[in-house]
Amino acid sequence: MPHESTSRTLIVALGVCLVCSILVSTAAVSLHGRQETNRKVEKLRNILAAGDLLTDKSNVEETFKEKVQTYIINLATGETVPKDKYTDKLNPDAFDIKTMANDPKYGQAIPAKEDIAKIKRMPKYMPVYEVKKDGHIQKVILLVYGKGLWSTMYGLIALGKDLRTVEGFTFYEQGETPGLGGEVDNPRWKALWKGKQAYDKNGRLIIEVIKGKVDESSPKANSEVDGLSGATLTTRGVNNLVRFWLGADGYNSFLTKLREEG
Amino acid sequence: MNSYKKVILDPIFNDNPIMYQILGICSALAVTSKLETSIVMALAVTFVVAFSNFAVSIVRNYVASSIRILVEMTIIASLVIIADQIIKAFAFDISKQLSVYVGLIITNCIVMGRAEAFALKNPPLLSFMDGIGNGLGYSFVLLAVGFVRELFGSGKLLGMTVFPVNTAGGWYVPNGLFLLPPSAFFLIGLLIWAIRTWKPEQVEEE
Repeated sequence: MPHESTSRTLIVALGVCLVCSILVSTAAVSLHGRQETNRKVEKLRNILAAGDLLTDKSNVEETFKEKVQTYIINLATGETVPKDKYTDKLNPDAFDIKTMANDPKYGQAIPAKEDIAKIKRMPKYMPVYEVKKDGHIQKVILLVYGKGLWSTMYGLIALGKDLRTVEGFTFYEQGETPGLGGEVDNPRWKALWKGKQAYDKNGRLIIEVIKGKVDESSPKANSEVDGLSGATLTTRGVNNLVRFWLGADGYNSFLTKLREEG
Repeated sequence: MNSYKKVILDPIFNDNPIMYQILGICSALAVTSKLETSIVMALAVTFVVAFSNFAVSIVRNYVASSIRILVEMTIIASLVIIADQIIKAFAFDISKQLSVYVGLIITNCIVMGRAEAFALKNPPLLSFMDGIGNGLGYSFVLLAVGFVRELFGSGKLLGMTVFPVNTAGGWYVPNGLFLLPPSAFFLIGLLIWAIRTWKPEQVEEE
């Protein structure tokens, strides 16, 4: 082989890297818009799916507009943020969990002891999706997230009219091991959540994902969900993130307030 | 002209990367549970092999052998990222089902194997055709396996019902084994058996 001189080798290596990086960045930048749109529609579709509103033929964006109302709540007080207080970042369309959590104004650090979902920082505000019929709440769909084994899992949990019963649960972003932890996407497992009690009559958080199968004869059977076999840490992560977000640091004050208002 | 035809057609039956060279098995197991994902994966791999062969062949006379593998990997990795971005933009649902396997084309032995075995010794256009040929060979196996697995595993083809399944009131009881990766092992094994019966010269000597 000729051309073994050091300078020549370096030049060729640099040239190849340069051409490759230009190609890769062109592809990434030019396709970014399309991918963002896909992601947005996907998110709306997931919200609809969590609320069981998804029909095969309907247009996702239209159905969403028609059936779902979005607003933003203050997690600490449970109050709705009025529309005139919306800013560039703090509005339902632009709301991005990661940006908000890291923003000094809109986010906050979670004390390590309370941080069972292992997310370190969280937004002070969260969007809430409500499905109403004749002025009455049918479902409330809430964003939840937390660490699994490998990835941060982002999900949606839908609560029914009484704001205690789980109506649906789905993850829209996760990177767990396919076939094991990745089974959080399995429709059969997701269906197990339907009808489970998240809170008891006194508003105490009782839902739990357990290891193994739920004993149907146990008095707690309607507040326990089967863990995924072969995915102990993912299961633990799901349990922690659900309990974190439905707990005192999460949506509890909002839900309590909503229940009182009836 | 004859050799162009040969490099394109040979890898399909005579020198198939999966069935004869036994390369690229892992993705063939992972993505073939449905015909749709098989098609997209086949296209992505064909795209990557063809262009990586082309690019490696262009630079083959300028690259010192000490950094040969690095240059090949850079080219292949860039092409895979581009393929991944395109799939994410135009076939978002499928990209979610394919998940990591598009990225793993980088480690698909077919791509590296053809760059080393063919593109380093042949002119760009011929190498490009060799890439297309090997991509087609890979595609042939993927589509065959995907076809059988989706048909018998869920009674559908490309998402359309062919055999009405019993859970939806039909007569067909789907065979769940076909949806699991090991079934692809059996199917590829049967394919290899069939093709070696047809072309006994492919059988390795004991």
